[in-house]
Amino acid sequence: MFAYLAKRVIQAVAVMFVISLIAFAIQGNLGDPLRELVGQSVSEEVRQQLRDEMGLNDSFVTQYLRFAGNALQGDLGTSYFFKEPALDVILKKLPATLELVFGATLIIVGFSVPLGVYTAIKPDSILSRVIMGLSIVGISIPVFLTAILMIFVFSVEYGWFPSYGRGDTVQVWGYWQTNFATADGWLHIILPSIALASIMLPLFVRLIRAEMMEVLQSEYVKYAKAKGINPWRIYFVHALKNTLLPVITVGGVQIGTMVAYTILTETVFQWPGMGFMFLEAVNRVDTPLIVAYLIVVGFIFVVTNTIVDLIYGLVNPTVNIARMGA
Amino acid sequence: MSLLSVRDLTVKFAMRDQTVTALNGISFDLAKGERLGIVGESGAGKSITGFSLMNLLSRPGYIDTGKILFEGEDVVQMNDKRLRNLRGNRMAMIFQDPMVTLNPVLTIGQQMIETLMAHRKLSHEEARQIAIVKLREVYIPSPEERLEQYPHELSGGMRQRIIIAIALLLDPQLIIADEPTTALDVTIQADIMELMLELCQSNQVGLILITHDLGVVSQMTERTLVMYAGRIIESGRTREIINDPQHPYTQGLINALPQQTVPGQRLKQIPGNMPGLASIPAGCAFNPRCKYATDLCRSRVPEAVHYGGVEVACHEVQRLNSDEDRQEARA
Repeated sequence: MFAYLAKRVIQAVAVMFVISLIAFAIQGNLGDPLRELVGQSVSEEVRQQLRDEMGLNDSFVTQYLRFAGNALQGDLGTSYFFKEPALDVILKKLPATLELVFGATLIIVGFSVPLGVYTAIKPDSILSRVIMGLSIVGISIPVFLTAILMIFVFSVEYGWFPSYGRGDTVQVWGYWQTNFATADGWLHIILPSIALASIMLPLFVRLIRAEMMEVLQSEYVKYAKAKGINPWRIYFVHALKNTLLPVITVGGVQIGTMVAYTILTETVFQWPGMGFMFLEAVNRVDTPLIVAYLIVVGFIFVVTNTIVDLIYGLVNPTVNIARMGA
Repeated sequence: MSLLSVRDLTVKFAMRDQTVTALNGISFDLAKGERLGIVGESGAGKSITGFSLMNLLSRPGYIDTGKILFEGEDVVQMNDKRLRNLRGNRMAMIFQDPMVTLNPVLTIGQQMIETLMAHRKLSHEEARQIAIVKLREVYIPSPEERLEQYPHELSGGMRQRIIIAIALLLDPQLIIADEPTTALDVTIQADIMELMLELCQSNQVGLILITHDLGVVSQMTERTLVMYAGRIIESGRTREIINDPQHPYTQGLINALPQQTVPGQRLKQIPGNMPGLASIPAGCAFNPRCKYATDLCRSRVPEAVHYGGVEVACHEVQRLNSDEDRQEARA
């Protein structure tokens, strides 16, 4: 168990190293930091002096090491716009984004399993064909278009749901304010969650269906039938468990990807999360904030993947984490 | 009354562009506690026969016509509920490859107990006790621990023993074993066969053993069916078929055994291959490979006739028997 964990952690650190390198390289190439800091009136000599003081003339390696050293202590630079530590700015926005991702994940998990299983068991039924057809449509339409369409139909035409913002939130802990405590909060999070789920849900339905159909062809399913087991038990105990093993792995990666998709959803719904913040930061050329965002999102991605791998090990009896050294 | 009585069973496969006949008018009987071998090359229809008996053919295969009377009830006509009651309970099956037969994510205990509880009103603990007893019967050491293990933790031979134990769980009348040792190590094959023979005899269980191994058939069974391209071409008591085969194909099979050849010489094989289901020749399906074939063989399907202690479907069986070729071939 310990060796496996250690191995996973070392891999995660290596990935974070690469992400930080890329983020840092971007920092150096996104315009001149001095232009953002000082006005037009400062002379070239003073500028050079400032560069030296800020270490901008040091070698790439020296600059990177300084950057990485600071990052390890939680210092990802100071936002030009907010005049606050970039990490703090992001952490304030993080709960809104995580709640949105959580809402979308609930929708995906709640619908993909029954729909995937149904379309695998009854591939020729009309309902299955409709579901599969809709899933193609869902995958094909970009998230921002789905979001705009939903606002048009459900907010503008029918007025069922609010079109922007988080609505009433309740303070939970630290920066964390939750949508899930008030009716107004629930109403506000529904449309953005559906929009965010609109690409992943069809993907998961198709994935579960494909895996399930393959499992239903397997010898052990045929054997279960030969033992006279009830079909529902065959579908949901014998087949589904084997189906979900590969789905868990893909699912972890997709949850990470969803954090990135929030940029589009949050922008359309003016959702005050870190995706919306990132787009604003790009508009303002707020380089430290952009870099900090990349590192935080990379970190979330690496952490979810590591957790998913550990879960996979726990769920799959053929992966023995306790004995897995290498 | 016989335990199992198959009459004119015809199985077809609906492929995209055509429908092929995999079994063509198979008929045979099995008495209670009798052990029957079904032999033939790959593709002869042995396994399809086995799966048909449980009405367990998966698409695109289906039973076209015929009856499968099991304890007087036609399996072909049974509804899903009756079929579930039949499968695993009155008729059990042992699959070919123990490495892929058991579900990898369920423990041995779960897979045994669910079978018992699917057919009998038992508490979990009662089912567990029966499972332990059955595991002892197949000589599995420390059965209590095995119940907690997953299939991948056990060897192939061990898994096949467990599958045999599962087959015996509900004291069925008939066990269908589809090449039960093909996927196993040679050293374990004999153990498994011996175990099956012992258990079938002591429990008075009927056995249908599907195999291509004539040696196994001669040790295990009382009667034998020889299949070729979806038909039974020879049937009778195993001893007669092994010692005095009448059909040229059966003779060829027996001559092809390594024991029939002087060491150092080439094995005697039957020339050619069995035809695919889509291209079965007219008349006797064996005629292109048979050196005795006549025009009659090429035009009409032979009926089974009683000859020399067995039932044989061959037009030329009389000529062949008096033929000196045959004496020579058997020498």
